[in-house]
Amino acid sequence: MSLMQRISLIFRAKADKALDRAEDPRETLDYSYKRQLDLLSKVRRGVADVATSRKRVELQVGQLQQQSDKLTQQAQKALSMGREDLAREALTRKSALGLQQNDLEQQRAQLQGEEEKLTLASQRLQAKVESFRTQKETIKAKYTAAEASTRINEAFSGISEEMGDVGMAVQRAEDKTAQMQARAGAIDELIASGALDDASSLNRGDDISRELDAMSSQSDVESELAALKAGTTGAGRPALEGADTTPPAQVEAAPIAAPQKEEGQP
Amino acid sequence: MIVRILTEGQWEVPEDRIDGLNELDADLEKAVEGGDDESFSRALQALLEAVRAGGARVPDESLVDSDLILPPSDATIEEVRDLLGDDGLIPG
Repeated sequence: MSLMQRISLIFRAKADKALDRAEDPRETLDYSYKRQLDLLSKVRRGVADVATSRKRVELQVGQLQQQSDKLTQQAQKALSMGREDLAREALTRKSALGLQQNDLEQQRAQLQGEEEKLTLASQRLQAKVESFRTQKETIKAKYTAAEASTRINEAFSGISEEMGDVGMAVQRAEDKTAQMQARAGAIDELIASGALDDASSLNRGDDISRELDAMSSQSDVESELAALKAGTTGAGRPALEGADTTPPAQVEAAPIAAPQKEEGQP
Repeated sequence: MIVRILTEGQWEVPEDRIDGLNELDADLEKAVEGGDDESFSRALQALLEAVRAGGARVPDESLVDSDLILPPSDATIEEVRDLLGDDGLIPG
């Protein structure tokens, strides 16, 4: 038997088993309808929960961005005061934050995907529950208990499968959200404790990928440091080694700027 | 033929497309047995894409059982093994 057929049989058997049959089949209809409404509100709660988690992650992305901007400013200030070591430290922390930001951005996208999926699932279920309600009322109005039993299966057709599917979608979204909430909690703690310089140690993989991350982070730091230097010591200067190609006006500008600074100091 | 992609919905797929689906299904089965995540993911996406591209969406309000049920697009090999096993698949 093919994989698809095996999954189908097992899924349907479970969905059918989940239907409790009452003695009067018309009661079964009412009972099932009640469970459909319960599931519908569960999906809607699920959508709201995922949205809450997504907003929390968005808030964190914003907080990390602020922190990152602050570190850039600190690095600029450190350089202007001739403290390259401090600037390097600030940029190293910023680079660690960047890894965390990428991770959060992925989480945000994943949560948004779950949110959209659950929203669609809730729309589908709502449409099907409405169809079921119509059929249920027709059956109850037209048929006696004995006659109704033959019509019941038609009414149940599709809805139990949909309920199994939607139940599964809600469960999966809950599992994913729970995982992300645990990580979001860890990041909140980091933000609160100010220990963000160690953020790169969160959620990183094995030691090889850590090493690779550290290497690329180091080269990020060096190139950004070079860019900052180029920006603070001579506007528009193409590279540190490019001094001989620098127009005379800019070469003169540097010595003029330095004494001004000294004069300004007490 | 009605095909459900779990967590996505149902499609009505013309009979003449079923052979093609069966071939992709065989690939997926091999990938599940082989246990290789990458080939599993590729086989699953190919099968689901064939359903989406070859089928027409069943209207939301339609109450109809599916002939075939397929795993969600982001399923892992473990989840598919669970779907084939006999422990609690459908919550509630």
